[in-house]
Amino acid sequence: MMRYLIPLFAFLVLAAFLLVGLTLNPRQVPSPLIDKPAPKFQLSQLQEPDKIMSSDDNLGKVWMLNVWASWCVACRDEHPLLVQLAKTGIVPIYGLNYKDERNTAMQWLKRYGDPYTISIVDSDGKVGIDYGVYGVPETYVIDKKGIIRHKQIGPVTVDSLEKTIIPLIKELQQQA
Amino acid sequence: MKHQLNGVTKAVVLVFLLFLLIPMTGWSKEAVPVAEDPEVEKRMLTLTENLRCLVCQNETIADSRADFSNDIRREIREQIKANKTDPEIIQFLVDRYGDFVLYNPPMKATTILLWFGPAALLVFGLVSLIMYLRRRRVQIEEVSLSQAQLEKAEALLNEDKKGKNV
Repeated sequence: MMRYLIPLFAFLVLAAFLLVGLTLNPRQVPSPLIDKPAPKFQLSQLQEPDKIMSSDDNLGKVWMLNVWASWCVACRDEHPLLVQLAKTGIVPIYGLNYKDERNTAMQWLKRYGDPYTISIVDSDGKVGIDYGVYGVPETYVIDKKGIIRHKQIGPVTVDSLEKTIIPLIKELQQQA
Repeated sequence: MKHQLNGVTKAVVLVFLLFLLIPMTGWSKEAVPVAEDPEVEKRMLTLTENLRCLVCQNETIADSRADFSNDIRREIREQIKANKTDPEIIQFLVDRYGDFVLYNPPMKATTILLWFGPAALLVFGLVSLIMYLRRRRVQIEEVSLSQAQLEKAEALLNEDKKGKNV
């Protein structure tokens, strides 16, 4: 009896591994930047090109950095959610306009709404490389000490906002 | 005569039309050099052949035409020109994209299964095969027939032969 059960058992173990494998997303590569200081940047602002924004400006508050571009189709999907989130005032959202044209980007914001406290321009994608960006949209949650606490690869969803991002932000805001 | 004149006018008009094309050369651009510095390009290629493009995960950064790989190649070229060593450049990318960019993952607690899993499976398979074969050898014992059984078998075989011949 036992000798017939062994292959069955082996099959079940294999099936369980494959089943777990099916639910994983190969595009979601864990970022080594989690719990590390957010890379520093000094970039020109989208709406006011003369003004420079530095990553240090946000020390002392919890903030979100959303990497977006007007050419990015998935960004359009998540955009209404970001607009809504910005309206609630839970967290300031900063936009990293990644490898984009300034004018097209501004038109895009006019058309779909502007949830960003400030958008900064990373036209050659250098800051993107520092942040390990490889597929827009990507969203980072950065704490008061400037440490990256979460990275969302791909568009944010209602689910990811409600279950992960917003609870995390509230928790981080409690910290000194 | 009239015919010849026509030919000359034709030629003049044609030359004039050709002159009109001169401004078209203004549209053309200088071909972008594939490699500014062959030395840098060679080092960049050897480096990127062992790096994974994160957008198209089964391609190396050297092979990939994705925008992401373009950017990384450009970054690596710049770093080579800035006299960074190969390990420094690799570390730069690992710091940002994790071990996943490497096609040769380092040996770590998290990658032990990756490094030794196949070998462990092979050993497991060999051991089970040997055990199975040993057990089977015990099971298959040669059974010797008694004289009476042999005769009976002989008789049966002969009967069969006869039957066929008929």
